[in-house]
Amino acid sequence: MTVLTALIVFGVLALIFGLILGFAAVRFRVESDPIVDQIDAILPQTQCGQCGYPGCRPYAEAIANGDEINKCPPGGQSTINALADLMGVEAKPLDSAHGEEDVKKVAVIREDECIGCTKCIQACPVDAILGAAKQMHTVIAHECTGCDLCVEPCPVDCIDMVPVPVRPDNWQWDLQQIPVRVVESSN
Amino acid sequence: MSAATKAIEAGQIWTFPGGIHPPERKELSNQTPIAPLALAQEYYLPLKQHSGAPGELLVQVGDQVKAGQALTQVGANNGLPVHAPTSGTITAIGPGIIAHPSGLADTVITITADGNDEHIALEPLADYTQISRADLLERIKNAGIAGLGGAGFPTAQKLALQRPLDYLIINGVECEPYISADDRLMREHAQTIIDGTEILLHIAGCEKALIAIEANKPEAIAAFEALLDKHPQLALRVVPVKYPSGGEKQLIQLLTGRQVPSRGLPIDVGLVMQNVGTAFAVAQAVLQGKPLIERVVTVTGENVEKPGNYWVRLGTPVAYLLEQCGFKPEPDQRVIMGGPMMGFTLAELAVPVVKITNCILVPSSQELAPAQDEMACIRCGACADVCPAQLLPQQLQWLAKAKDYDGLDQQNLFDCIECGACAYVCPSEIPLVHYYRKAKAEIRNIAREKAKAEVARERFEARQERLEREKQERLERHRKAAEARKKAQAEAVAQGGDNPQDAVQAAIARAKARKAAQAAAAQQENKEGDDA
Ligand code: SF4
Ligand code: SF4
Ligand code: SF4
Ligand code: SF4
Repeated sequence: MTVLTALIVFGVLALIFGLILGFAAVRFRVESDPIVDQIDAILPQTQCGQCGYPGCRPYAEAIANGDEINKCPPGGQSTINALADLMGVEAKPLDSAHGEEDVKKVAVIREDECIGCTKCIQACPVDAILGAAKQMHTVIAHECTGCDLCVEPCPVDCIDMVPVPVRPDNWQWDLQQIPVRVVESSN
Repeated sequence: MSAATKAIEAGQIWTFPGGIHPPERKELSNQTPIAPLALAQEYYLPLKQHSGAPGELLVQVGDQVKAGQALTQVGANNGLPVHAPTSGTITAIGPGIIAHPSGLADTVITITADGNDEHIALEPLADYTQISRADLLERIKNAGIAGLGGAGFPTAQKLALQRPLDYLIINGVECEPYISADDRLMREHAQTIIDGTEILLHIAGCEKALIAIEANKPEAIAAFEALLDKHPQLALRVVPVKYPSGGEKQLIQLLTGRQVPSRGLPIDVGLVMQNVGTAFAVAQAVLQGKPLIERVVTVTGENVEKPGNYWVRLGTPVAYLLEQCGFKPEPDQRVIMGGPMMGFTLAELAVPVVKITNCILVPSSQELAPAQDEMACIRCGACADVCPAQLLPQQLQWLAKAKDYDGLDQQNLFDCIECGACAYVCPSEIPLVHYYRKAKAEIRNIAREKAKAEVARERFEARQERLEREKQERLERHRKAAEARKKAQAEAVAQGGDNPQDAVQAAIARAKARKAAQAAAAQQENKEGDDA
């Protein structure tokens, strides 16, 4: 009899706690960042397609599905390291089949040569090129990711990729770059 | 009144951790009154001489300008104007070397002086208390005043922060060795500084100002003591000699015992600080309508014949300033803008004097030994003992070298005021501050890249959406067109006319028949060929 009572009591208790826990799990669920978002947040968003996918988000999805993490040249080693941390795998060097790490660049259209064919607009993954048919086109420099995709389609080759200029406000304290000034003694 | 406020009122001086006592060497430059400097031939005015956005250009090449005339205006970016230092012609506007450790170029206006030094007409103000606070701030902004102590933060912007204030602190500590510009200004223009302080109090809506002077400036202290009886809102505080007691957070700790929170501002603890030079410039701008076109610059070091303090027009090339002071360069002469602790070596002497230039130091090599080779850290801990921000410099240095930016953040790298005390005591000659500056620049860069990546992501997604939308629209259009066609057909059939579709079918059938005939003919030919 006592055994039965004990069983019933514990059974009921288990049921109650189970219900509470179940309710809590539904009611207080923490919306965790899906892994794709976390990977996408690490990728440099250059949207250049060098990884073999049409943009960073598709590559993020591919990594989440088990693709290699070393296919993004614009991100370089630091991105690979961050991805390795996130995915809990070994960091490895950049896969050179996809390109080399390079200095950051922006596209500049030689505007007097542009024939206004709009091909570059269609290629730009972030809509950073302004223009209309038969009108001169121009790049919004601070929106340009330096992806290189507009260079190829231009029929008159008037788009140049130039390194982002160093200005006093983005200078990296590379003091070695300053040539030592030699002043001739006046006496 | 709380006990803490009572202690502040009673003139208690607290202490701050760390600090050093480097040789002061102020006697080299503080013996003679501030002297005027003969006019130069050319002036170079960078558009940006403060921290923040540059103003908008108002002039063109070829324009004639008078001293005090605005060359840029506040504009859309809320920049700070710069003014012509003397009368003359604008001969160039374009990239030129600026007073920055990078030695990089930025937009610079070149003025060729005509030698007449004509000034624009000033608009003095009889009674500033009749003017609204906003108008006074406008006046200060239009006069181009930025913090003259070194950081160059626009003064009006600092004053515009609407928050209850306990004290305005006027910083006349000038703790960095060699520099005596504020010292001489306080000795010679105490009254104007006091006027400026009262204007600042009025604008800030604050009751009380504390004027802080380091104990090694007895003449300046005496100059203020003689005048302060008539100004009950102002109190003098003499702080003991220690570097860097003039640092903003350090001075606040000294005068009030309050600690500005990490990454916080003095206003978070109910205080605001201005330099004595700034107070002087504010008085000139508000009372006389004078824009900021000159400042006191200490020229010192053993390699100038006439060290001292000079009224230097902004834009004066350092080369000209040194020439006027009897420059005797030795081989590999270093010219430092700022003091020996926080200044930087100039890459080029064509650099102009700007709003934040308080000192040009020309040391001999005995006086200030050139940087030695860096040795390994011996973990002596001397750097941590002297750090006024209570950081762990040797840790920071390792983390900076390892590019461990999260670690640097945990160790509060951004609380480092770059005072150089740690590098000064380091027996291994490690240029510690250099590593911190580099790491800070890198961290800022990463943050900037992150923000840019975020924008790129949004734009990419917006574009994907646009393409998808356009595709849907196209499909929709095709569907509609097809429907319309079908309907027209059905109507035509219903009306007993030819089904246009039949015509098409007939054409296709004809084409097929023709193809089949051709193929048969070809086969026939092949056969005949084989037979032959
Ligand atoms: S390679 Fe280009 S598209 Fe691919 S993840 Fe890197 S930046 Fe994005
Ligand atoms: S592809 Fe070349 S020519 Fe065509 S619009 Fe772009 S820049 Fe002009
Ligand atoms: S430079 Fe920075 S780390 Fe070094 S003593 Fe000064 S505040 Fe501390
Ligand atoms: S003072 Fe120099 S040697 Fe000593 S612990 Fe600090 S960094 Fe290392």
